[in-house]
Amino acid sequence: MKDITPFVGLNPQQVSPAGVSRRGFLFTAGVALNAIAATLLAIPVIGYVFSSFRRREPYGAWIALGAVAHFPEQQTRLATYRNPYTRPWDGKTADIPCWVRRIAGEQFQVFAINCTHLGCPVRWFQESRLFMCPCHGGVFYEDGSHASGPPPRGLYEYAYKIEQGQLWIQGGRLPTLSEPL
Amino acid sequence: MLSNIALWVDERLHVSKLFASTAGHTVPASAGSWFYVFGSGTLLCFLIQIVTGICLAFVYVPSADEAYTSLEYLNYQQPLGWFLRALHYWGSNFMVAIMAVHMTQVFLFGAYKYPRELTWISGCVLLLLTLGMAFTGQIMRFDQDAYWGLGIGASITGRTPLIGPNLVHLLLAGPIIAGETLSRFFTLHVFVIPGLLIALISLHLRLVLTKGINEYPQPGTVVRKDTYEQEYEAVLKKEGVPFYPAAIGKDLVFSGVVLLGIVACAAYFGPKGPEGIPDPTQIDTVPAPDFFFLWIYAALALLPGYMETFLLLIAPVLGIALLFALPFLSNTGEKSARQRPVAVLSVMLLFLTLGTLISLGTYAPWSPHMEAWSGAPTPVQYVQGRSPLELQGALVLQNKQCRNCHSLGGTGGLRGPALDGVATRLTDDQLIRQVIQGGGNMPAYGKNLTPPEVTALVAFMQTLRPANEPMARNAARSAGRGPQDK
Repeated sequence: MKDITPFVGLNPQQVSPAGVSRRGFLFTAGVALNAIAATLLAIPVIGYVFSSFRRREPYGAWIALGAVAHFPEQQTRLATYRNPYTRPWDGKTADIPCWVRRIAGEQFQVFAINCTHLGCPVRWFQESRLFMCPCHGGVFYEDGSHASGPPPRGLYEYAYKIEQGQLWIQGGRLPTLSEPL
Repeated sequence: MLSNIALWVDERLHVSKLFASTAGHTVPASAGSWFYVFGSGTLLCFLIQIVTGICLAFVYVPSADEAYTSLEYLNYQQPLGWFLRALHYWGSNFMVAIMAVHMTQVFLFGAYKYPRELTWISGCVLLLLTLGMAFTGQIMRFDQDAYWGLGIGASITGRTPLIGPNLVHLLLAGPIIAGETLSRFFTLHVFVIPGLLIALISLHLRLVLTKGINEYPQPGTVVRKDTYEQEYEAVLKKEGVPFYPAAIGKDLVFSGVVLLGIVACAAYFGPKGPEGIPDPTQIDTVPAPDFFFLWIYAALALLPGYMETFLLLIAPVLGIALLFALPFLSNTGEKSARQRPVAVLSVMLLFLTLGTLISLGTYAPWSPHMEAWSGAPTPVQYVQGRSPLELQGALVLQNKQCRNCHSLGGTGGLRGPALDGVATRLTDDQLIRQVIQGGGNMPAYGKNLTPPEVTALVAFMQTLRPANEPMARNAARSAGRGPQDK
């Protein structure tokens, strides 16, 4: 039987064995009051820390990328937009690039800059019509499909629409395999 | 006079009693070995990081907009700011390296066995926390590597089943990398993890004091639960010396060497970066982590796709579980490495694997050289004496970014094989097929090359062989016919 004498003194009931005493009452009341106060404090704090854990709505604001005329047919061009969910102190990190491929007329494909392997920025080469990723050697074809290397799928594509001659995309989220655009 | 003050302080603080039970605690004389200095070495590095980190925090601004500017200010305008940055950078490199050596030494000396299981477990938690400091610290140097490194961390986290997207939002403090992301990592790096580190180091050191430092293992001396405590007491009685001043000498010398090493590296090599401005629209970047994460970088480039999610999410959990379970899997028995071949072989295998992956990560052969197609000219000897068709083929080879992955004359990418002797390996039919259909790590170029371009390209590649080596021969064709029989 292990010696538990050091812990005995913690129980005030054992200090005065004659039923509930003032000491015992004060101790219990103190514990209860602090438990309530701690709960009232902890809930908002945990809510604050984990506020971004609960994704409130599917993030997607419509962002203008420019006039359709700026994107020549049969070409893939880099476009940039300002993150719609920016903080006032973001600076240049809120400028997000994307690849705009105009197939013909109002038919587009807008690819996220992030490689589908682990998110590094892919680079377009007009001559060989390939996207190449510098991090682990992933390659994609002009239409975004996977060509070679570690990426498990083709490039992420933004939903887009043409309104009044302007190209709009629905963006604002970092695309990952579990939550593509 | 001074001794009176000392006595007055000691009467109130009981410092001398405290000193006797901590720094002056008895250790076996055999523990005064050079192998035992790495624990205090790691602690010294941590203290250096705290001091230099506080100094850097006087100037550094953890705002996505201003972090880079404050780093440049530290480098070029703050007096000796470059030196403080260099000390902090080299301090982190030294800390991870010495911690790895310390852990290896403890493992090989069986010091995790009874009754020091908790010391080992707390040490494993310290390992994870230190790697956490290393990762968050890299992000503090907020440049392109840090920005895209955050994206990589988010992508890995996002692969967790069920709660992946939620974890990504938690990591990034929102749906995408923004100002709050840097603040979150700053808080982790400066407040949360150092607090945990200090608490756990205290626990770790307390355990060293309560259970005593491991005696130098002798082959043949076996740990048994019912006899170890008495045997250890006997060792202390026979050859016990106070750590201070008898056994601290080697620790002091090693600490001095480490300190000098960090100062020397900082003064000679200077700080790292910051590299490019963390502007996401600057996409001409090749992000890479610091050396202690190069092994993951290499592993993720080389793993087959079907293994990746498993290895990213399950293997670390298994590995860490194995580390934590080690003292219970091998609780008693031999401590000396000479009697534990499995332990020695495991360490060798681990170091070989990590070393190979890290060295591969330093030059990343899987990464296309993005400027080689326009920056690496065709070597002169490969355009001399070629027919016009073959010269057109040389142009196609450059123009279609082939050099990004293939080298000629030593320049170009290392993703694919060097093309200097390709005609000795592949016949013309095989070359045509490979170019049009691709295969392995090579994409298919069929849609992006017209038939005349393919003809020219293959004609050129067929001239790429050393003069004295024959071309690859298609055995299915009868001898004496076809261009390969030149």
